[in-house]
Amino acid sequence: MTLLKRGLSRRRVLQTGMAGIIGSGVAPLMFTKGAWAQEFCNNPTGDTVTFGLNLPLTGAYAEEGADEQKAYELAVKHLNGEGDGGLIGVLTPTALKGNGILGKKVAFVTSDSQTKSDVARAGATRMIERDGAIMVTGGSSSGEAIAVQGLCQELGVIFMAGLTHSNDTTGKDKRRYGFRHFFNAYQSGIGLGPVLGQEYGKDRRAYHLTADYTWGWTQEESMKAATEALGWQTVEAVRTPLGAGDFSQFLTPVLNSGADVLILNHYGNDMVNSLTQAVQFGMRDRQANGKDFQIVVPLFSELMAKGAGANIKGIFGTSNWHWNLQDPGTVAFTKSFGAAYGAPPSQAAHTAYVQALLYADAVERAGTFYPPEVIKALEGHEFDGMGNGPTLYRAEDHQCMKNILVVQGNDNPTSEYDVLNVVQEVQRDVVTYDPAIFGGDLGPAEPAPLCA
Amino acid sequence: MFEVIFLQFLNGLDKGAAYALIALGLTLVFGTLGVVNFAHGALFMLGAFCAVLFRQLLTLETVTIDPTKLSPWGQPLEVRAPLVQAWFGDFGAVLVNYSVPASIIITIPIMLLLGILLERGIIKHFYKRPHAEQILVTFGLAIVAQEVIKSFFGPNPIPQPMPTDLRGAADIGAFLGMQANVITYPIWRLIYFLFSAAIIGGVFAFLQFTTFGMVVRAGMADRETVGLLGINIDRRFTIMFGLAAVVAGLAGVMYTPLLPPNYHIGMDFLVLSFVVVVVGGMGSLPGAVAAGFLLGILQSFASMTQVKALIPGIDQIIIYLVAVVILLVLPRGLFGRRGVMEA
Repeated sequence: MTLLKRGLSRRRVLQTGMAGIIGSGVAPLMFTKGAWAQEFCNNPTGDTVTFGLNLPLTGAYAEEGADEQKAYELAVKHLNGEGDGGLIGVLTPTALKGNGILGKKVAFVTSDSQTKSDVARAGATRMIERDGAIMVTGGSSSGEAIAVQGLCQELGVIFMAGLTHSNDTTGKDKRRYGFRHFFNAYQSGIGLGPVLGQEYGKDRRAYHLTADYTWGWTQEESMKAATEALGWQTVEAVRTPLGAGDFSQFLTPVLNSGADVLILNHYGNDMVNSLTQAVQFGMRDRQANGKDFQIVVPLFSELMAKGAGANIKGIFGTSNWHWNLQDPGTVAFTKSFGAAYGAPPSQAAHTAYVQALLYADAVERAGTFYPPEVIKALEGHEFDGMGNGPTLYRAEDHQCMKNILVVQGNDNPTSEYDVLNVVQEVQRDVVTYDPAIFGGDLGPAEPAPLCA
Repeated sequence: MFEVIFLQFLNGLDKGAAYALIALGLTLVFGTLGVVNFAHGALFMLGAFCAVLFRQLLTLETVTIDPTKLSPWGQPLEVRAPLVQAWFGDFGAVLVNYSVPASIIITIPIMLLLGILLERGIIKHFYKRPHAEQILVTFGLAIVAQEVIKSFFGPNPIPQPMPTDLRGAADIGAFLGMQANVITYPIWRLIYFLFSAAIIGGVFAFLQFTTFGMVVRAGMADRETVGLLGINIDRRFTIMFGLAAVVAGLAGVMYTPLLPPNYHIGMDFLVLSFVVVVVGGMGSLPGAVAAGFLLGILQSFASMTQVKALIPGIDQIIIYLVAVVILLVLPRGLFGRRGVMEA
């Protein structure tokens, strides 16, 4: 009171005090947490935060895209506290509370990538620049994943890859802003090789038909390495265009090539078509080199198996996950997805759902949407309960290290969804490899780029 | 080596049969009406979806809920029973098994009606308009047809199983008195080739040996003179458009077991069939058939490993490469006539 009488107003005192606090260096301590909050791409300022779902709703991998969309919609519901909560209650450790992310409700926008890399990139650009997506996720092809994660690195937006199996995604084309939960072709080779040796012997001659893009090339390379290590010979490796439809001109030369195993490095509709047509060519009834002719599909999915019908029976392959596993995470997710959509989830749906939750969890743990902090929260993160056993998001290449499955087409399915049998759950330590073998450079997290 | 070449030749015939059948309908419309019909691929697709629709009708099921059993995701189990088998017993099961060839019964009237409606409703207004406008309107029609099918049947391919008796491969080598299990080829692909040959032969015979066909051929040669003789040539040309739609539709139906159809399947064939028509000679029916088989066989041989080792990627460009060479040497195509699409 006395001071005021001497001509110093209360306002003057507050101004002086504030200036003193700022001048003394206390301010950085008080305000630095979140100071960068204004300086990154699509910093959410309202009550909602938007995910950009980049989905192949048409094209060769459209079935996977449709299932991914269902999974993302379910994940968004669970993150917002709706439904039965799905895997939020099973994920350990978790910072998720079922009230959105950092108190903001989750919304989403979608874009049809048409299973084409250029369209996927254009769609992701639109969702980031026009719709304000804080994170982009989805895709069912490695071509799309690599194109979109490159874009996300440029724009400073985190990309949680959907179904992508090429070694390059977390190998030579890895990016700091890109993360992959799905396994890769190299791990398929490690898992599948010993089973093929055990079932078909060491003296085999293999013919590869390979989808002509990054995934097919690395799948072929990994399968050649795995089978040649067994003692098998590679007769021929023929590249086929993605979405070829009619594979007959590529299958005809297989018949008298001297091969006794056909390895189909195809996925999605291409896989359904090439396998169905191979069976029409009588390849499963043939004998070659005194042995039963065999067909191998290194990367299997339930959706493909369903599309190929009886043709899939007895054929070996690998999967990232399968709905009939009996761990608590798988049981919870299958129940939740089945109740919502009347059918069990595919591996594409599983990886999509898990990626959405892992991003949300990382943001909660980081306490901010600022991408470099979220990246730090994901790198080296150990978690469990998502259906693949204890899992590590490896810091060196952003590849999840977890168990993978060797599967076989079911000879006696009890329903249209009961198409694959899990032959072996290959343990995480068996499929863990040195990230240096595929090279690549993650690039920087900071300074976080600013999108337009 | 003989087996390899023979099999590749068979594959070429099989591919060529599909190209020739689609191109035949396309050139039939161009030869009679003078319309460049970019909706022809859509007619192929609509034919394929006649087979899909027929099978969906045949496989309608009653669904009852069994509350005593649960699915793995905890929902009461749905028990499904096929209706057709319940109504017709074994005959119903046979009908479902042979749904693809049986769907021809509904495809012919549907495609005929569709073709006639299309011609009378839209195409006839573009007879005297430039070819560019015809292409635009028919391409627009194709997109509309695609979107309609996509909205009803979804974007994904719908597998159409072939009859169980016709699955697997025929041992052609053994049939020809050679070693068994060396030259084998899928039975359905052989059927498709024979079916195409029969349709192509039927169309030629219809045009060659019937009065209707004779009038149509006369109209193709000189439309005005035929009209002056008091013949309603427009009505005959409308029916020819319907016939072309039926040919495209049947090609689509029989192709479904080889490639599960989706809304886009027609577009995949459209560009290729136009190349076939241009190489064969615009408006020439024998040209379309010859070019279809020629390009199919060349595409098949270009996919051989030995050929690709010499010229990598040749299988992807062979059709267009041959088209360029033929058009440089024979600008009107293999069987093209002077004055067709020439200013």
